[in-house]
Amino acid sequence: MLDRRGFLQVTAAAGGGLLLGAWLEPALASAPPTLGNDSFTPNAFIRIAGDGTVTIIAKNPEIGQGVKTSLPMTIAEELDVRWEDVQIEQGDLNPAYGGQVAGGSTGTPTNWEPLRRAGAAGRQMLVAAAAATWGVAESECTTRDGRVHHAASNRSLGYGELAARAATLTAPDLRTVALKPPAEYRIIGKPIGSVDTPRIVRGEPIFGIDVTLPGMRYAAFEKCPVFGGKVADANLDAIRAMPGVRAAFVVDGGTNLSGLLGGVAIVADSWWEAQQARKQLDVTWVSGGTELQGSAVFAQQASALMAGTPQRTLRQDGDVPAALAGAHRTVTADYHYPFLAHATLEPMNCTAWFHDGKMELWAPTQNPGSGRQLVATTLGIAPDDVIVHLVRAGGGFGRRLANDYMVEAAWIARQVGEPVKLLWSREDDTRHDFYRPAGWHRLTGAVSAAGDVTAWHQHFISFGEGERFAQGASMSATEFPALFVPNFRLDASVMPSGVPTGFLRAPGSNGLAFVSQSFIDELAHAAGRDPVQMRLALLGPPRLAMDGERAVYDGGRMRAVLEAVAQRSGWGRAMPTGRGMGVAFHFSHRGYFAEVVDASVAADGAVTVHKVWVAGDIGPIIINPSNAVNQVEGSVIDGLSEMFAQEITVTNGQVDQQHFGDFPLLRLTESPREIDVHFVKSDSPVTGLGEPALPPVIPALCNAIFAATGRRIRSLPLSQHDLFPAS
Amino acid sequence: MPVSFTVNGRATTVDVAPEMPLLWVLRDTLDLKGTKFGCGLAQCGACTVHLDGSPVRSCSTPVSAAEGKRVTTIEGLSDDGSHPLQEAWVEVDVAQCGYCQAGQIMSAAALLAEHPKPTDEQIDAAMNGNLCRCATYLRIRSAIHKAAGQ
Ligand code: FES
Ligand code: FES
Repeated sequence: MLDRRGFLQVTAAAGGGLLLGAWLEPALASAPPTLGNDSFTPNAFIRIAGDGTVTIIAKNPEIGQGVKTSLPMTIAEELDVRWEDVQIEQGDLNPAYGGQVAGGSTGTPTNWEPLRRAGAAGRQMLVAAAAATWGVAESECTTRDGRVHHAASNRSLGYGELAARAATLTAPDLRTVALKPPAEYRIIGKPIGSVDTPRIVRGEPIFGIDVTLPGMRYAAFEKCPVFGGKVADANLDAIRAMPGVRAAFVVDGGTNLSGLLGGVAIVADSWWEAQQARKQLDVTWVSGGTELQGSAVFAQQASALMAGTPQRTLRQDGDVPAALAGAHRTVTADYHYPFLAHATLEPMNCTAWFHDGKMELWAPTQNPGSGRQLVATTLGIAPDDVIVHLVRAGGGFGRRLANDYMVEAAWIARQVGEPVKLLWSREDDTRHDFYRPAGWHRLTGAVSAAGDVTAWHQHFISFGEGERFAQGASMSATEFPALFVPNFRLDASVMPSGVPTGFLRAPGSNGLAFVSQSFIDELAHAAGRDPVQMRLALLGPPRLAMDGERAVYDGGRMRAVLEAVAQRSGWGRAMPTGRGMGVAFHFSHRGYFAEVVDASVAADGAVTVHKVWVAGDIGPIIINPSNAVNQVEGSVIDGLSEMFAQEITVTNGQVDQQHFGDFPLLRLTESPREIDVHFVKSDSPVTGLGEPALPPVIPALCNAIFAATGRRIRSLPLSQHDLFPAS
Repeated sequence: MPVSFTVNGRATTVDVAPEMPLLWVLRDTLDLKGTKFGCGLAQCGACTVHLDGSPVRSCSTPVSAAEGKRVTTIEGLSDDGSHPLQEAWVEVDVAQCGYCQAGQIMSAAALLAEHPKPTDEQIDAAMNGNLCRCATYLRIRSAIHKAAGQ
């Protein structure tokens, strides 16, 4: 993979030091090794001090997905040190580290090989230093637990003792370094606790919201509740007279909904005082022209689009009309899912300090590189003059891929000339998100007398303009069951909106899986076929589905997880009245997941999820099984949370919901007591786990509700259906 | 107006508005950042501290209510992270993002102080006010049982 992409670059550093530059995409190399004091810095990710201290850099933003632990584990493994002896340090934004994004479950697949090679290169140089010290061949030396051994002469040296000499050596070509066979792994594949947990349980200040600088002020920022509106007038003098207030000013802002928007900034000695002053704020807004938009309007527009000719056909295989005409049975159904917010528990925040011509930011962001660019462009300063420190984020889920809070903090801090911490309230966070776009689908499917799916016609409606889907609203022409149903057509129509949309954990998939996997269940029912058998027949014999030259879906891997989850859940056993099992699968973010839900519906309509079984295939190796199980359990409950009662609605251009009272998260007692997590190991690349376990649970529960009650859920959230008690 | 109370055993006097929530006094006046802000509305539990041993939502508790009382925050639960809950949380590897966990542990500590061997029903009652956006609920439950020696 490295060879083919050719993104390997090896550079010698000045002063006899060395660095194996970044090979990560995009290829960039400018690692600043901190040499001296006998320390050995083989590359941007590893520092070995003369006293033997090993420091490994965690390059990616940590938002709870566990990369601050798992990525350094891969380096430590190949460096051959004991995990207990390693210090982990969060890297700042630095081109030497290559891409630094927490998104798309890409952290593992893009770093798995390069970071192991970085570790192995360090190890190889330490071996070379030891061999030179002893005058023996490198091939006679071995490593273990941070020491190089020469068995023949029974000598050994610690990495710290070798650091000074290793630092004088030339770095090897990363493509040539030898990697351990997986059978020799001593760290990868072991359940290892998250590196920050000991600090978290002691309440140490490690989150973005905890950043404190000398002389720091606190900012609140009031934006127009209608997206993109601007300030016409505000009672700034009255606000400035409020206790603790240092400054109050209008920010004009632009028209880009993901950039700096208009509002009033209040800077005070404490955040509470800024918020108190904010309550007295009286602003006249000039709306951006979207004040007539609302959920009801969008629903009407969607109906009109559904009734009309589709704007675009994304895929057409076989002959759908003929297949429908000749079908044994056909089913038509409409599906809908709403806008959703991210609701990270730590509200958006950022600390900024403009000094010495540079903007220095401490940002809990998933995408620091794009944040730097946004700040530079908006403030009119060079990107090199924007310094970004990565701080732990209290949840991301895709929200922090946008950097609106960063540019707001930067703008306010430059204006006041002092360090400023901007913090949003819960209400700000709920009402100024980049929402998972709502979607509407009409499906018509056909089954043959033998019970096979012979035709599938889907018309998808969401937001966008022309050929462009709004952010987070796209649907691929290869979305399952494309390439698995002979007569297949996918149409799409979009409408414009002034509601900012974005990526929510497993974007696209978190809505699309609900639609397709529920409808497959409808077809199974119409065919009188068991839902698991129906799905196995649809997948067919193991094969790679090809879109032209491109392999897009491995039916064999999906079969394997489906069979595993059916077996583990005891699929097909008799269930008591009012209780049922539902199954669903989905492929996203390179991961194959199948899930079964056991749920019951009480007489009053209350839904209880008793147990969820998950089988997933993310490759041959699970880097950190402890975190992996945690991620899957979290994804499952997150998906249930979304479908139970979450919905963002818009009225007169403004979001109606405010907080956890009207946008509820599942609580401990509402969550399933048992989640069975099983990984099917396949001989495929190692991939990520932050997202792909989420999508299937939503249709699996809907299908379980159908099994329990005969009620088909075709719109979310569940709270809108009278399965639930009236209260 | 000066308000006096003890924080983690240390006598403290702050001169702030009496209606200022205890949360912000702890975080921004006293620089104890372990107690977290999630909602400010007594909905999420991230800000949970003990007032004379009882769990309260510090975001919705005016500092004046602490006058003459003992406030315990996550920083004061133990000197060195050795409270059985802190150790269990590390052992079970509970946290994902970790943001809710100080509040979770403070709620759990109050529970164990009252019921050293809590039943699942007692855990439900004590912990249901603490949201975890990352949904680490299964591990929270098992860490409480572990800390209780169950
Ligand atoms: S911050 Fe106090 S309950 Fe949420
Ligand atoms: S661990 Fe993220 S909110 Fe609980």
